[in-house]
Amino acid sequence: MMRFLVPLILFGVLGGFLYVGLHLNPREVPSPFINKPAPDFKLSQLQDFQATFSPKENLGKVWMLNVWASWCVACRQEHPLLVQMSKRGDLAIYGLNYKDKPDDAKQWLAQFGNPYLFSLADFDGRVGIDYGVYGVPETFVIDKQGVIRHKVIGPVTPTILSECLTPLTQLLGKDESVEAPEMKKVMKKCA
Amino acid sequence: MRVNYLLGSAALCAVLVLVALPGFAKEAASLATDPVLEKRVDAVASELRCLVCQNQTIADSHAELAIDLKNQVRDMLGSGKSNEEVVNYMVERYGDFVRYKPPMKPTTYFLWFGPALLILIGLSVLFITLRKRRQRVLDAAPLTVEDTKKIDALLHAGKQEAKS
Repeated sequence: MMRFLVPLILFGVLGGFLYVGLHLNPREVPSPFINKPAPDFKLSQLQDFQATFSPKENLGKVWMLNVWASWCVACRQEHPLLVQMSKRGDLAIYGLNYKDKPDDAKQWLAQFGNPYLFSLADFDGRVGIDYGVYGVPETFVIDKQGVIRHKVIGPVTPTILSECLTPLTQLLGKDESVEAPEMKKVMKKCA
Repeated sequence: MRVNYLLGSAALCAVLVLVALPGFAKEAASLATDPVLEKRVDAVASELRCLVCQNQTIADSHAELAIDLKNQVRDMLGSGKSNEEVVNYMVERYGDFVRYKPPMKPTTYFLWFGPALLILIGLSVLFITLRKRRQRVLDAAPLTVEDTKKIDALLHAGKQEAKS
């Protein structure tokens, strides 16, 4: 009996691991930045090179920083959702135009719509590196204290938007603490 | 959706490879400028994982992100940062995952000691099985005189048969 049972159990354990492995995404590297202050920078705006922006200016506001590029295929997938979101106007969303060419980027916005209050021109990708960006699109949620509270890797989907980003930003707007049960529930959905 | 994302990633990788080609030439140029610095850049870069092509170090990879990261490493080393400071900078941004050599800490104990543990389990199973088997042979009842005769007879018969 044992001689069959042991291999069977071993097989079961191995199978279990492999099954779980099927549903893991190796591209989702948890950002060590969560709950750390957003790195500071100063960049020109894409549409107006004279104007600059620095995250410090957004202290006291809950905002999102969406990393995008005209060459990024997956960005097109989430873009209509962002445009829709910006039309509702309930959240400040800024773009970080990552490793792009200004003309391409402007044309892309003209073609697909511009959901951003403005986009920042990170043409050499230095700010992207400072934010630990490795796969565009990425979306950071930053709270009133300038702390990164969440990061979406890959395109924002309607589910992520309705179950994570919208409630999270609402709670952050109400200065809900990390320990609050509602906040924990939302963070669980976000994970 | 996921398929789309994968397709997107594949296309992105293709684009990155194409875009990365000129970067390669740039690299060769800077190699000539300061061989000592370049050696250090290589040493640090071969410890860091490229997050786009996850099974390569940023020293091996020609993905655009890897080249950017390598440039970042070069700049930081050039401005007088130590190798360790540069690695820490990357870990702060990308997590322990960027290090090819994971740090020793409670969450990685299994990673570090797992293989040794498995070998130990394997060896003890082997040892126990062998001991059990030996014991079984020793425990077998000794042969009686009659058994010995029977065996001899059979062996003899076998030899006769083989001869004929």
